Amino acid sequence: MTETTGRMGNIPVLASALLFTTIGLILAIAGTDGGMRLHGLIFGLASAAALFVIASRPAERTEKPSGYFDGPIRVATIACVFWGIVGFLVGDVLAWQLAFPALNLDLPWTNFGRLRPVHTSAVIFAFGGNALIATSLYVVQRTCRARLPGRWAPWFVVWGYQLFIVIAASGYVLGITQGKEYAEPEWYADLWLTIVWVVYLLVFLGTLRKREEPHIYVANWFYLAFIVTIAMLHIVNNLSLPVSWLGSESYPLFPGVQGAMTQWWYGHNAVGFLLTAGFLGIMYYFIPKRAERPIYSYRLSIVHFWSLIFLYIWAGPHHLHYTALPEWAQTLGMTFSIMLWMPSWGGMINGLMTLSGAWDRLRTDAVIRLLVVSVAFYGMSTFEGPLMSIKAVNSLSHYTDWTIGHVHSGALGWVGMISFGAVYCMVPWLWKREGLYSMRLVEWHFWLAMIGIVLYISSMWVAGITQGLMWRAYDHLGFLKYSFIETVEALHWPYVIRATGGVLFLLGGLIMAYNVWRTIRGDQPVDVKDQPKVAAAPELRPGVVAAPAE
Amino acid sequence: MASHKRIDEVTGAETTGHVWDGDLTELNKPLPRWWLYTFYACIVWAFGYWIVYPAWPTFNGYTKGWFGYSQRDQVAKDAAAAKAAQDKYRTAIAAMPIAEVKKNPELFEFARDGGAAIFGDNCAPCHGRGAQGAVGYPNLNDDDWLWGGDLESIETTITHGARSGDPKTHDTAMPRFGLDKILEPAQINDVANYVRSLSHLDVDAAAASRGSAIFADNCAACHGADAKGNTEIGAPNLTDAIWLYGNSQQAVVHSIETGRGGMMPAWGGRLDPVSIKMVTLYVHSLGGGKPEPKKEEGESEHKDEPHEAPK
Repeated sequence: MTETTGRMGNIPVLASALLFTTIGLILAIAGTDGGMRLHGLIFGLASAAALFVIASRPAERTEKPSGYFDGPIRVATIACVFWGIVGFLVGDVLAWQLAFPALNLDLPWTNFGRLRPVHTSAVIFAFGGNALIATSLYVVQRTCRARLPGRWAPWFVVWGYQLFIVIAASGYVLGITQGKEYAEPEWYADLWLTIVWVVYLLVFLGTLRKREEPHIYVANWFYLAFIVTIAMLHIVNNLSLPVSWLGSESYPLFPGVQGAMTQWWYGHNAVGFLLTAGFLGIMYYFIPKRAERPIYSYRLSIVHFWSLIFLYIWAGPHHLHYTALPEWAQTLGMTFSIMLWMPSWGGMINGLMTLSGAWDRLRTDAVIRLLVVSVAFYGMSTFEGPLMSIKAVNSLSHYTDWTIGHVHSGALGWVGMISFGAVYCMVPWLWKREGLYSMRLVEWHFWLAMIGIVLYISSMWVAGITQGLMWRAYDHLGFLKYSFIETVEALHWPYVIRATGGVLFLLGGLIMAYNVWRTIRGDQPVDVKDQPKVAAAPELRPGVVAAPAE
Repeated sequence: MASHKRIDEVTGAETTGHVWDGDLTELNKPLPRWWLYTFYACIVWAFGYWIVYPAWPTFNGYTKGWFGYSQRDQVAKDAAAAKAAQDKYRTAIAAMPIAEVKKNPELFEFARDGGAAIFGDNCAPCHGRGAQGAVGYPNLNDDDWLWGGDLESIETTITHGARSGDPKTHDTAMPRFGLDKILEPAQINDVANYVRSLSHLDVDAAAASRGSAIFADNCAACHGADAKGNTEIGAPNLTDAIWLYGNSQQAVVHSIETGRGGMMPAWGGRLDPVSIKMVTLYVHSLGGGKPEPKKEEGESEHKDEPHEAPK
């Protein structure tokens, strides 16, 4: 972890890599089930590769590190784009499966139940998580004027995280799951993520500690809140007892309704702290940076930060309205969700109002448009969320596709769009290019994604409300008017529309991947004159202090 | 850092003086009033809600709220009210034989309505939402019945199922002529041609005439010499245009080879007797229900059997 590469050199790092390799190989040989043996093998090979890379480098640095530490950020940025495509693709396959069940192919590995967590984990943790790791490590260095600490730690965070994703996703396909939504990986993958996450926290804190700026920039408050809270949520929700240290199965520590409450305390705050607080961190850096405007209100950022942090953590029980969960807990979940409305909107106001004086940029700069539209979706879904948390509304919306639509207006609209914007900003900066390869392609991406989202959300509103109303329709004699299968049939066309929207969103993602690839490759930008000067590499920006910490 | 404070030209507001990464600054605009007051209003509303409804845990329970409202009481009350509204119908239906229910218009309407709901959630997965059936799952709209289409027969079939493992289930099965090597493949091919010829399908005439004798020896015992079937043992009528597993040569050959032996669960333990009566009346009313047989013709063996799990 430490910057000093003294006499110890790489020995602790090498020892850790050796330990992980050994553990992996033991599991690969002695694992009690096929999944564990496979994962042991993957883990052992990855650790062995790390061991080889570290050992092949000089034990001590020949020169002092200078400048910002961007290598791991580049990897995370590419990973973000890659996993994004995977996540969108699997999501769209699932959408078609819902419209045409034959697409489950009658195979265990391709059925909806196993692919669904691949999709959710790929978009939330792989796409979103890598966007957060990349941007947070980028932003914290720039806004602290300090290099990330450690020689290997940032690399470990990024590659260790990818390893977690591979283990988690391959496990889902093979049927390894602990059955907790958004927390499906089994105990050993959870343990690994815990190690990675603690190192991530230490790298982030280490950078803050070394900062050359007197004040901690607002984006970093949000990033830090995200990292700390996710660590807490992840550890508590995944407390479980493995059946065997050599097997992939485990039993959760909390039974019954307590387990459900813990799960949704986790689940909702994964939304609150990963998909909201973390991405607000992205917003607070990239919008003012790209728009070249001051943040609208420092005071608002303080008030909405603390109120958001304080209130969000209580809102989880609204996922369990009208269940075995005690009613008082439901009440708290609902009322705190309502109180959360304005704190959430504080971020929207700050994001949108930062554009004052630069609204014309919406017309000329598709990247700004991605960033700003994402904030609009953020505002919409953070209004819809409290609305749906009201018990009376929830009694209609719960278990329907309205929830799916709500999640996706947040996920595609807010998380997706702001990540795209951040990637488009960061790629030329990280690879020191004159600008993006093509702004026209960004325009295409923007409009494809936008139409895709509108198709998605509107079809799911229709589907969800149809479904909710059909479920609760009684005739004059007190019998249900519709059988369940009739409600499923009614959803066919909304499902087709949703899946079509997904195709457009995926196409946009592929265009982004192509654009990013051409930019990284160093191809001459085709329309550099249309790009704002902030699109260029950081060195070219006026007033940037690129001095490292040391 | 006060030296970095400057007036932003666009808004005329002063920045805080903090500068990051060369050009990141922030204004210090006041909190928007509408935002602040809406926030306060939400908080006040939450406090109000806590007073009225169950809200906070205490050492020995939780705050019950002004009205002592409980969603569990509410749902129990709603369920009781719904049950009470249906009780007079259900009690009446429970007390009378199914054929009598049909004669009472009010009860019949209730039974058919409820039966449709029961059918939708229990039977539709196999028989289809419109009871139209599918390959292997009989169409219930027509008047072709494997195990009898009068009310009592349908009720028996629903209660005990077919080959369901229930002690009183319909459990006769067609022999597996191919798998058990009772007939040679060529013989099966011939008899399939013969069977298909009975409903005027295009067949190999020579094969069909060879199959005639095989049919008489192996099939007629159950399906009847005229191949019109027998609902006592669930042997389908082979002369009509209704084919549970399809009428292609291949499908018929497969039926003879394997005997098929389709299965229907017994609903006796899952649905209460009144619900079974209701869904029976619904199915019977779909269009193909047969009249009740005359008393002296028998069919009364299951009339007074006790229903499981009476409610």
